[in-house]
Amino acid sequence: MFKRLGCAALASIVAGACIAAEPVKIGFITTLSTPAGYIGEDERDGFMLAVKEGGGKLGGVPIQLVIEDDGLKPASAKQAVDRMLQSGIRLYTGVNFSNVLAAVVPSVLKANATYVSLNPGPSAFAGDKCDPNYFVASYQNDAYHTAGGVAANELGFKRVVVLAPNYQAGRDAIAGFKRTYKGELLGEIYTKLDQSDFSVEIARIRSLKPDAIYQFHPGGAGINFAKQYSNAGLSKDIPMLMPNFSMDARMLEATGNAAEGFYTVGIWSQSLDNPQTKKFVSAFQQAYGRMPTDYAAQAYDTAQWIASGLKAVNGDLKKEAEFRGAMRKADFTSLRGKFALNTNQHPIQDLYLMHIVKGEGGKLVPKVVRKVVSDDKDIYAPLCKMPS
Amino acid sequence: MILLFEQLLNGLQFGAMLFMLASGLTLIFGIMGVVNLTHGSFYMVGAYCGAYALGQTGSFLAALVAGILGAGAWGVLVELVVIRRLYQRDHLYQVLATFGLILFTNEAVSLIFGRRPPLVDTPALLSGVVTLLPGFQYPVMRLAFIVTGALVAVGLWYLVNRTRIGMLVRAGADDRDMVDALGVDIRKLYTMVFALGALLCGLAGVMAAPLLAVEIGMGERVLITTFVVIVIGGVGSVRGAMAGALLIGMVDSLGRAFLPSLLSSLMAPEVATPLAAGLASASVYVLMAIVLIIRPLGLFPAR
Repeated sequence: MFKRLGCAALASIVAGACIAAEPVKIGFITTLSTPAGYIGEDERDGFMLAVKEGGGKLGGVPIQLVIEDDGLKPASAKQAVDRMLQSGIRLYTGVNFSNVLAAVVPSVLKANATYVSLNPGPSAFAGDKCDPNYFVASYQNDAYHTAGGVAANELGFKRVVVLAPNYQAGRDAIAGFKRTYKGELLGEIYTKLDQSDFSVEIARIRSLKPDAIYQFHPGGAGINFAKQYSNAGLSKDIPMLMPNFSMDARMLEATGNAAEGFYTVGIWSQSLDNPQTKKFVSAFQQAYGRMPTDYAAQAYDTAQWIASGLKAVNGDLKKEAEFRGAMRKADFTSLRGKFALNTNQHPIQDLYLMHIVKGEGGKLVPKVVRKVVSDDKDIYAPLCKMPS
Repeated sequence: MILLFEQLLNGLQFGAMLFMLASGLTLIFGIMGVVNLTHGSFYMVGAYCGAYALGQTGSFLAALVAGILGAGAWGVLVELVVIRRLYQRDHLYQVLATFGLILFTNEAVSLIFGRRPPLVDTPALLSGVVTLLPGFQYPVMRLAFIVTGALVAVGLWYLVNRTRIGMLVRAGADDRDMVDALGVDIRKLYTMVFALGALLCGLAGVMAAPLLAVEIGMGERVLITTFVVIVIGGVGSVRGAMAGALLIGMVDSLGRAFLPSLLSSLMAPEVATPLAAGLASASVYVLMAIVLIIRPLGLFPAR
């Protein structure tokens, strides 16, 4: 369906700005089908918003986005990137899942091309497998969960039950939380990866009587969990704390009033108080008629960052060292406010605690409570021996 | 004690949901000899149609009607256009075609309704919790689910055992060639059975919508378990589907509830936690293996 958003499609969006002879092609491989398709859609639209605002350009350089759907399959993503590399594309982004990223990034780096991650930040590429041509605009995967532990401490939760699906990212989530959480862990509950009914786990939570729970269930499973938790009458007594992607803007819309009173932790929020976020949220809503998720914000930031790099080399990606140097400066205004780069080319950034409350018109919105972690760095950076 | 009671109810509710899906699937498989992978898609179509009607009218009753009719209409269309051509073919063709229909239905639904999972609130009448025992509360929506499952079971029992259509259905499950030879319009019967299966899926979809995320691909998640149910119960038997659904519901719920604490009292927690999670995920398949060793045709085989 979304095979190639070529010149024609782009031109229809930016009204004929695509006439310049040689636009820089950016390979954008993301997940547009499957239940997670809404995430890829937000990432594409967030990125495109930045291109659109630049009049079809990033950093003054005309851009052509080559979009490919990976269907959440590492093998299809690998095929797509190999095809794109053969066609001469030198700059890539878009991948949404860690397992897909692990299939795409090695191919890109082997061809000496550049990859900028707009969402996942698996530990391997942050540590000994770090690479001068690999940049992460979003976060290292542990960041949300270690901040979740800090937030639980600060909220005074003495006894906590943690829940996550029984696969790598789920186990990492619980490990990350445990690294910083100081209270008593009443239980670790592992759910099935494709589970949709959580009545059994909710009954166990009720019988364990914790101060709060921390849960990591992105996408549909997270909607199910929140609805059933509230339906069982637990959300009034036992607060729920979770990383932002367990309750993104789309999930919040799909859960109705069930999510009221929940806490989330994240690197960005639609209600973050800075001018660039306010401008982005209203521009995104105007362009697409919906609230942007964190994924859209991260993609928008990625585009701005790439723009700063392209500007420095005037779109000539053959000047590799210069482009790399410009990217390392990270000279752009992030929606998150502060954004610096660690030695492993992953961000150093702040994390915030949000509380989901009724806003204007009775709709639930996340409100920023406070910053929970300042200048968060991942623990893998010391393992990275970055060649210059 | 209260925890056990609550988990039993959870098992019952899961069983009721599985029964609504499996009873149709087992009839389609048993009578028409069609491996219908699209069955989960009817559940999704029902949920989406229900969510749409609820959004438009605000009435859960309208959602029920829309979900049941929408899923039923899609079922009839699928039978007339695709399945009808595959009765004489090998199972492999049926698997291929119905798998293709899953992908088609998923994309069609995302084109019509969008990728955003729609919001389905619990209807006011069924929201909140009810106190069943002192200190034990249970969500009304889940109780309503159990009651619906029981009503469907009684209705199906009446339909299959006490009506002319049911007689033909039973005869068809036993020997469809003979039914055909006796001059019954077997094509009409097939369409009717297929539609019935889809209707029940639609009902399950709307009933599940306030508890679950209405999303693309929600049908595939329950499809495998539904097949396990009909294999355990015996293909073609509604009674078997009932027994299988309750058994799976109980084993899955109680396994997830009590395996972790049971195992951690026996061994070190770092071994027990992952082992319990793994065993709980596998429990329904272990159950299926055991049943098939003892009764290779399932608990209540139709023929």
